[in-house]
Amino acid sequence: MVTNITSFGRSGLSDWLMQRVTAVILLAYTLFMVGFFLGTSNLDYLTWVSLFQGTWMRIFSLLALLSLAAHAWIGLWTVSTDYMKSTGVRLVFQAVVALALFAYVVWGVQLLWGV
Amino acid sequence: MLQVSVYRYNPETDEAPSMKDFEIDTQGKDLMVLDVLHLVKEKDSSMTYRRSCREGVCGSDGMNMNGKNGLACITPLSEVVKNGKLILRPLPGLPVIRDLVVDMSLFYEQYERIQPYLINDTPAPAIERLQSPEDRDKLDGLYECILCACCSTACPSFWWNPDKFVGPSGLLQAYRFLIDSRDTATRERLSELDDPFSVFRCRGIMNCVSVCPKGLNPTRAIGHIRDMLLSNAT
Repeated sequence: MVTNITSFGRSGLSDWLMQRVTAVILLAYTLFMVGFFLGTSNLDYLTWVSLFQGTWMRIFSLLALLSLAAHAWIGLWTVSTDYMKSTGVRLVFQAVVALALFAYVVWGVQLLWGV
Repeated sequence: MLQVSVYRYNPETDEAPSMKDFEIDTQGKDLMVLDVLHLVKEKDSSMTYRRSCREGVCGSDGMNMNGKNGLACITPLSEVVKNGKLILRPLPGLPVIRDLVVDMSLFYEQYERIQPYLINDTPAPAIERLQSPEDRDKLDGLYECILCACCSTACPSFWWNPDKFVGPSGLLQAYRFLIDSRDTATRERLSELDDPFSVFRCRGIMNCVSVCPKGLNPTRAIGHIRDMLLSNAT
């Protein structure tokens, strides 16, 4: 067993599963948005606002946003452990990524509930 | 005439590795790469490589031939030579001891880690531990591994983390004992593998499958281990 303290779920299996579940959620969200753009003939500000005023859409969007953050963390964590052999450099990179993802999530919540 | 370019490195005298070219007369025969190496050694006796059985059983002469890992003794020239040129390098990713000889310690350490022996804490029967023919069949495609390291040294995940990722060869062996009906340590074995490196560094690119000289499929074994981990988890 290789000890690890910075991976998403502290377990390879959990990270692996999370990566797949979040991928499916992101795929569903992408397909939905593409469908929305293609299926809406009159795409103006009102249609856009009314879509995001629905609670279900906010839940779906927040879910997609959290999935994106988790997916990106697991992916970039893997990249950093593959290529960054200096512990200092790796930890700084991981901290920057974590901070950026945290900021994106908070920013996203603000956007979603600010409509 | 065959152009052979060989990786040369003697850490005691050379500052850096270099490639040395030889012109080898194969007399039009489709020799095995190992035979060509013997002809090279006749020209330059300092040329160093490992070999033993010369028939693909011992796994000593794993090397990189025109960019692809394989056993020199069972690889005919017709399979690897391009434009009349043969480039021989040591297995990638492992420290070079001299010329084509690499230090396999990291590879063996990973092999040791997966406890490549039967663990059974039940009292031993008077005769050998029996196994049904069906259970025995499950070991086919697993037990044949000769530890030549062609697969693990073709795997980028093993290059980046040879101290943490078990590698295709070790994982094939791990599954060989996980699936053995006579082994009682399945749970303990699995718990040793459930971290983000040991198994899950495999990205499924199947380099291991494409180079295995015995035609084995480590990627499939790794998939089975993942399934076992999944069905054992909550």
